[in-house]
Amino acid sequence: MKERDETNKPVNMLVSFFSTVGRWTIRTVGNFGAMAVFFFLGFINIFRSRQIREITSQTYYIGAKSSLIVMLVALFTGMVLGLQLFYTLVKFGSVGALGSAISLSLVRELGPVLTAIMITARAGSAMAAEIGILRNSEQIDALYTMGVDPIRYLISPKIAASIISFPLLTAFFDLIGIIGGYITGVVLLGTNGGTYFYRVQSSIDMVDIRGGFIKALVFGAIVSCICCFQGYFCHMRSDGFGAKSVGLATVSAVVISCVMILVSDYVVTSFLM
Amino acid sequence: MDAPPLIEFRNVTKRFNGKTVLDNVNLSIYENQVTTIIGKSGTGKSVLLKHIIGLLKPDEGTILFRGTPINKMKKAEWEGHRSKIAYLFQNNALLDSMTVLENVAFPLRQTTDLPKAEIEKRAMKRIEDLELAEAVGKFPSELSGGMQKRVALARALVTDPEIVLFDEPTTGQDPIRKNMILSMIIHYRKKYGFTAIMISHDIPDVFFISDRVIILWEGGVGFEGAYEDALKQNVPMIDEFLRSLDGFEDQLTGLLSREAFKMHYSAMLGSTAREATSSAALFGVRLNILSEALGTQAALEALKALGEYTNRYFNAVGGFSARHSRDEILTIFPRKTIEEARKLVEDYSRNLEHGVIDHIRDIASGNSGEATCFDIHIHAGVTEISPEDTIDEIIEKGRAKQEIISTYRCDFGGEEQ
Repeated sequence: MKERDETNKPVNMLVSFFSTVGRWTIRTVGNFGAMAVFFFLGFINIFRSRQIREITSQTYYIGAKSSLIVMLVALFTGMVLGLQLFYTLVKFGSVGALGSAISLSLVRELGPVLTAIMITARAGSAMAAEIGILRNSEQIDALYTMGVDPIRYLISPKIAASIISFPLLTAFFDLIGIIGGYITGVVLLGTNGGTYFYRVQSSIDMVDIRGGFIKALVFGAIVSCICCFQGYFCHMRSDGFGAKSVGLATVSAVVISCVMILVSDYVVTSFLM
Repeated sequence: MDAPPLIEFRNVTKRFNGKTVLDNVNLSIYENQVTTIIGKSGTGKSVLLKHIIGLLKPDEGTILFRGTPINKMKKAEWEGHRSKIAYLFQNNALLDSMTVLENVAFPLRQTTDLPKAEIEKRAMKRIEDLELAEAVGKFPSELSGGMQKRVALARALVTDPEIVLFDEPTTGQDPIRKNMILSMIIHYRKKYGFTAIMISHDIPDVFFISDRVIILWEGGVGFEGAYEDALKQNVPMIDEFLRSLDGFEDQLTGLLSREAFKMHYSAMLGSTAREATSSAALFGVRLNILSEALGTQAALEALKALGEYTNRYFNAVGGFSARHSRDEILTIFPRKTIEEARKLVEDYSRNLEHGVIDHIRDIASGNSGEATCFDIHIHAGVTEISPEDTIDEIIEKGRAKQEIISTYRCDFGGEEQ
């Protein structure tokens, strides 16, 4: 018997490997499908009645309340860029291109990506935790029993608010980032201020701004969908129940959102280029 | 049962992760009745309730609503039915970021096109009905468990539902509050005329107010029918379960539980010579009049005082007592002739003035701001019992002989009730 087990060992390992990979694949594909349906339902319910008030309040929470932290990050990102790019460009005698380098980096890439990551950290985690707690305390079931569609009431306003807030905050990020670059490049390191702004204006095209906003819209949809989905189905997690499931859902929401922001950034950029 | 069932489960099976929770369940729930579902933990009581409102769907079998299978209904038709069902969750499930008023008004705000003023008026009406006016601007976390339960009940009733599902509405409450919640359910059922389906283990009171009892047993239905019929069934496991729920003591009054009373009575019959006579007395107080006059909590406190006093008084002379309906107490006097029993009841009624009536007077004087006045009579019927008599026969005989033994009279004017 033992001998037969020894003979079958490689086969068993292979079966075990494929079954693990297979299970993971089925679960992942299933989750993506469920998330797509979840987003679709959440999105179409934005346009139903009685949504304006909730969307406004969520936009205030996700957008307005995140603006300070986004602007703070934008300022220091711009300042660091100004510092780094100044010392790089000075080696090639092209300090005049500082405005172009900073503005293009911010508008095309850093603005949408860092804004999305900051909102994920601040509002995305809160979305997942809030919905998870509502799920665990049966408040989502209570909504259903009162004839209120939980997806319409809880999810759609968050998706709508994210789609509104992400591009607006990205615009703020870009603007404050450029000012941050001006502070280090012009005020502290002495580059010409007129050249800086001339380069900013001349190098940025509408295509760059549009591309940045498209990314922000995509990130808004992805982050809100992932965070709400993780919270909404936290009771179905196999790795934890109750308060632990809310914690795990919040962690997953932030980690998956950040990864998906970078993955989708590449995909969208490759389409836009 | 002639009327067709309102809700019918046909061969319903539900599994979670391979574990069968409901196994081929068949049951019927009828309109305008209070149906109580009992069963051990994990037998699928809440699961059953969640199937009724559509929070869960059966893996096998069908649920019929007024004769039509739910799974064959169109979405709009089912939504129409579902909007008439309200659900009171075991943990209340109040929206914790909203105030009491916002919670109660929420279903109207979300599901109707009523003007804001009308929504607020209706919500306030329910809030006042449930004596929550002082909590209107508070958040659920600022309220006691009992108040939260009342807010949940107000929210459940604000849409005037036809069916209300109560998932353990009395869990975690003290005996007075348990009875208050049950009284509230009955009061509002009479007032608004809904069908109540309730999970509760609050024995014996829940049985006093239920028209039908469904006992879930090992994934299936162990018994379905009136509580009295459940007691007559000879299924040892169910019998044992009912006894385990019953306990030894009635929590509200401190009197013997029904099962303990039965055991005492059997023991007495066994130890008493057949020719020796024993007697019994059936005491009663009209709980509904007390409730209307004093409020539910005060009425229950008065009933508690009567129970405790009766227990103390007759225990001292060898009697034993138990509640046999919400407001009736049966006392057995072993080896006492009817004359001796009458004498004991007379002494008891003379002392009742200090033991119970004073207590009612204190409560009434606390409520002296009320415009109405009321008289409360305590009745007693003394009867002889023979060894062949069942407890039900003794109650019938006692009821036939009931007369007023003590009265609390209104002494601050106003109309008598």
